[in-house]
Amino acid sequence: MISFIIKGILRDRSRSLFPALIVAAGAMLTVFFYSYMQGGKNNFIETSARYQTGHLKVMTRAYAAESDLLPNDLALTGATGLVSNLRAEYPELIWKPRIRFAGLLDIPDENGQTRAQGPISGLAVELVADNRNENQNHRNLPEAEILNLKKGLIAGRLPEKPREILVGSVLASSLKINPGDRATIISSTLTGAMAIADFTVAGVIRFGVTPLDKTLVIADLEEARQLLDMEDAAGEIFGFYPDFLYRPQLAARMARDFNAKSEERARSSGEDPDFLPLILTLGEQGGLGDMIAIYDVYAYVLVAVFVAVMSLVLWNAGLMGSLRRYGEIGLRLAMGETHRRLYFSLLGESVIIGLIGSVAGTALGLAISYYLQTYGINAEAFTRTSEMMMTNIIKAQVTRVSYIIGFIPGLLATLLGTAMAGLGIFRRRTATLMKEFEA
Amino acid sequence: MAQPVIQTIDLTKIYPMGEHHITALNRVSLTFERGQFAGLVGPSGSGKTTFLNLIGTLDTPTSGQAIIMGAEISALTPLQAAELRRRHIGFIFQTFNLFPVYTVYENVEFPLLLLGLPPAERRLRVMEALEWVRLAERARSRPTQLSGGQSQRVAIARAIVKKPAIIIADEPTANLDAENSFNILDIMLELNRELSITFLFATHDEKVIRYLRRKITLFDGRVAKDELLEPASTPPPAT
Repeated sequence: MISFIIKGILRDRSRSLFPALIVAAGAMLTVFFYSYMQGGKNNFIETSARYQTGHLKVMTRAYAAESDLLPNDLALTGATGLVSNLRAEYPELIWKPRIRFAGLLDIPDENGQTRAQGPISGLAVELVADNRNENQNHRNLPEAEILNLKKGLIAGRLPEKPREILVGSVLASSLKINPGDRATIISSTLTGAMAIADFTVAGVIRFGVTPLDKTLVIADLEEARQLLDMEDAAGEIFGFYPDFLYRPQLAARMARDFNAKSEERARSSGEDPDFLPLILTLGEQGGLGDMIAIYDVYAYVLVAVFVAVMSLVLWNAGLMGSLRRYGEIGLRLAMGETHRRLYFSLLGESVIIGLIGSVAGTALGLAISYYLQTYGINAEAFTRTSEMMMTNIIKAQVTRVSYIIGFIPGLLATLLGTAMAGLGIFRRRTATLMKEFEA
Repeated sequence: MAQPVIQTIDLTKIYPMGEHHITALNRVSLTFERGQFAGLVGPSGSGKTTFLNLIGTLDTPTSGQAIIMGAEISALTPLQAAELRRRHIGFIFQTFNLFPVYTVYENVEFPLLLLGLPPAERRLRVMEALEWVRLAERARSRPTQLSGGQSQRVAIARAIVKKPAIIIADEPTANLDAENSFNILDIMLELNRELSITFLFATHDEKVIRYLRRKITLFDGRVAKDELLEPASTPPPAT
């Protein structure tokens, strides 16, 4: 009987080709949208992690409470020792001390007078230490790689000498800065005094993240410490998973473990709890946890909507097919096939069609997703005024779920559509069969 | 005495029609022994198709009894009725009703699939049935490649392949020309003789009526006349 069904499906294109195409289209769209949303979500997470939050971040409790204000007077002291402890205790992560600071960038003319000036968001990272390979005896990734500096460099080079900085592309353009130009950073020290230091612009960098391109200046950590009077201090210590995949549950467990130990140590030593180091996960910073949850809800809603819409389409297709096959169904009933068996044979057909369509649609959806995982879509026109930490090139991301998610609408909707359409078989009155056949 | 294959006792079927009722069959009592070649004749609305529906277990009577192969149809569940049709009753329709996407062989094989017979036995029986209707060489053809007469012969093969006790044929020659009609009737008569299958026709066609061994005339849902015809009265088929 199965071969009878399969022969029917293969020979009757209106029974197979049209429904299979609908299923394939639905499965393809589901796979593509899911992968693209995953890509968008991970893009957002990864960009935030690399530049703003890490997968985990260590701060003092007081700093964490006011981190939007970049309160470097509440920064972690004894940062070198703390980073060493973190590297020893949690070696599976890459730990990187950073300082974020606000200030002004002043560009002088040939006479030393201000030619241009603009507010900046400064980021001090271990550039020189990485260059000197000081971080080789533990799990490490140079900051240049974490921040994708080489990839984003559009003019000049990365800092190699003392007192060199990188400037965001939009900022460089608005202040008319070129590599080799002198620039003065004006900020405030740990104690609130004015901090001024001259630098040379080594390169101009495009992060592809609008807020960063507009304001970011990157300097070496040691030089920033000198500028800001933050000897052996760090505003934040970033923790990264080496593969840059955020693991929320693992991160939360680690944070709980660290924070509990930290509190215990403070209790026994009588330290000021405001200056205790505290680990926050990426999800606990800036409402990112909610954003991730919303993304996930969108993904589920998307699949649910596809299942519902495709069920309606396939229900309609099933009804049309049933009408077209009215004679065949009636004949089979007259020849002694039971309603139940006939119903299940139609469901069997729908499973075969659903499988074929789902496999084809998933393959097509994966192909498109893999293409967009490599090349992405440039959404710069939409992110030009955005303050979100997202790259302008939004890429898809193919995950294990991408391989199976197309089968949910593909199989479920086909089965559901046929199940609804096929219910008509049970309402079919065998008494009218003769009349129908003669019609 | 052998049990009749079909027996009806005061068989009545009333259809509701708005506030009124139409009595399609009115206390019809008939008995058919195995191997009869019988036909129901009468004007449209006389109850021929209603009678065939009831005998074919496609419908249930309003009152009275229809006993098919020893089973009273009012007492059958839908599953039991389907089982009775699957094993003992074959249908031949005016419009052939073949499955267009399947070959001649597969069309004839279908009733055996429903019976769950093994492939070797199915093959034997299908080829035997196609030999009966002289279409063995067209086994791989599709219905669209056949003439009307050939299509009806395939329908006959499909009806007899399971060797049923009863074949119900509703206007089987209505869509055929005279030559094909006589060919079909010759085959059916031969099957009736060789396999002792009971044929029950509903027809207006004079050609069919001339082949019948028993002619039952229905009028207004009642049996107006029930005649046994001599075999000698059957005219020779046209060539």
